[in-house]
Amino acid sequence: MFLETKNLTKQFGGLRAVNSVDFSIEEGKINAIIGPNGAGKSTFFNLISGFHRPTSGQVIFKGKDITTLPSNKIAELGVARTFQTTNLFEQSTVLDNVIVGHRLRTKSNLLDAILRTKRLKAEEKQCKDKAIEVLDFVGLTHVAHKQAAGISQEEKKRVAFALALATDPEIVFLDEPAAGVNPDETEGLAVLMQKMAEKGITVCLIEHKMSMIMKLADKIMVLNYGEKIAEGTPEQIKNNEAVIKAYLGGSAIA
Amino acid sequence: MAAFFNQRNVIALLVLFSVAFPFITQNEYFLHIMTLSFIWMIGVYGLNLLAGYTGYLSLAHAGFFAIGAYSLGLLTVKAQMNFWLAFVLACLITSVVGLFVGLIALRTKEHFFAIYTLCVGYIIYLVIDKWESLTEGVRGLIGIPAPSNIGPIAFDNALSIYYLVLTILLLVILVVYRIVHSLNGRTYLAIRNSEDLAQTIGISTMKNKLTVFVLSTFFAGLAGALYASFVRFIGPDIGSTAITFDLLTYLLVGGIGTLSGPIVGTIIIVWVSQQLQFLQDYRMLIFGPVLTLLIIFYPRGIVGGVVDWRHKYQEKKNRKLSVNSLVKPEKQVKEG
Repeated sequence: MFLETKNLTKQFGGLRAVNSVDFSIEEGKINAIIGPNGAGKSTFFNLISGFHRPTSGQVIFKGKDITTLPSNKIAELGVARTFQTTNLFEQSTVLDNVIVGHRLRTKSNLLDAILRTKRLKAEEKQCKDKAIEVLDFVGLTHVAHKQAAGISQEEKKRVAFALALATDPEIVFLDEPAAGVNPDETEGLAVLMQKMAEKGITVCLIEHKMSMIMKLADKIMVLNYGEKIAEGTPEQIKNNEAVIKAYLGGSAIA
Repeated sequence: MAAFFNQRNVIALLVLFSVAFPFITQNEYFLHIMTLSFIWMIGVYGLNLLAGYTGYLSLAHAGFFAIGAYSLGLLTVKAQMNFWLAFVLACLITSVVGLFVGLIALRTKEHFFAIYTLCVGYIIYLVIDKWESLTEGVRGLIGIPAPSNIGPIAFDNALSIYYLVLTILLLVILVVYRIVHSLNGRTYLAIRNSEDLAQTIGISTMKNKLTVFVLSTFFAGLAGALYASFVRFIGPDIGSTAITFDLLTYLLVGGIGTLSGPIVGTIIIVWVSQQLQFLQDYRMLIFGPVLTLLIIFYPRGIVGGVVDWRHKYQEKKNRKLSVNSLVKPEKQVKEG
């Protein structure tokens, strides 16, 4: 199994935000997690990426237990993520914002910086090349030298993708990548996610835009009140009684 | 890029000016003030690296400044140690104290970090003030030797000490410049920007913050040691919170998170204070409102303001250019 969670549970006081969720993510595919607001999707992401420590259960990535690792170590292993809102450093350029994304693959320390060693120069170039490469991949070459404050919402989303990709990930977790962008732009972001999957990067996303998910995802998990209520292909999910109930309340005709 | 060259030019001009300064003015008093300003600048650079680049506002820096000063004073006066050995040790002692304070302080964030370090600074002050058997308390430490000779160079007059302090200041600026313009600098900025995001892209935030904190206290200790050997007398007051807020004022006026901010801020405030000395403590009636206005309208100080202004100017120029050439073809592409 590529990445899986076993009995993953997170308790915040009296609230079970995530309740013994077993989920496996398939390599090279686009996996989606959906569910009504407050279903525990973001918490689930936070557990996997090491932001919260689960109350119980395990996260296993490529056979290695990563449950208790800090998030920066998890990133080093090749697990990247984006946030619902990305805080870019508005005063510097898009390129400058992305360069630091490759920092985790470099080794130069303070002494290298003070002495301007060869290693530092080589690694600076390596980071810059990486940033240019991923900006090209997400289609932002034309705004690379613009200040981050002056780019559109959709472009900011793409920068967030680029930043995640700059870490050389094997799997990317995207938290509502298409929130707050218009339908045309959503389409563009969907194409980008497909492109990532084709490149061999496993994608796992949280999204509310159903039409996009149904077209895009290979596999969907539905969360409600912290529990997994369904899992399967888009076709299976569409016709699942429990899912329809969770979204519309009561029994409904699909 | 425009901003970068701007800062570089400012620094080059200031270096030339500061080297020529003793020949421009023959006034010993001015030379004294200038030397003192340079010492403050070193401390402000330390504060800037931490507060400006990682976003952690330490209010303990006068304490670390005092630790540097007292370490040098005690090692030379009471332990009769060689000056330069004591000088190096003073910086190291400050850094080690900084390491232990940092390990605890950096577990807090934002306001809590500021409050915690404010307390640490005050405790350092109290220890110096009350531990009379070691520090002589309020009587202060007198008879601190001037820097001993380095080979043929003697530091027996104001001019030579001026150049010694200037040299050390320039070295500090060089080190800060290189750090800020390297991957490390980018890492610190990423932490300032969003610690969660920095952690997500694989940066060990604690390790980086601690490194900067220790380095920042090192600079504070260095400034303190220089102060002690320049003024030759130190009292517990140099560790008081008033000094911390002086350093912070210099930084805020010059521009927090900018490379030349510490120089600009320190020079301006020190000289303006000198000019307004006839007002005595009523000076603060002028400083207070001006500082408030500055922070409201120029949160990144004078240097930050100039950089922003240049950015805007540049963008305006670019826009004019694009109106003439770029926009029209772009529109056609979209329509087509």
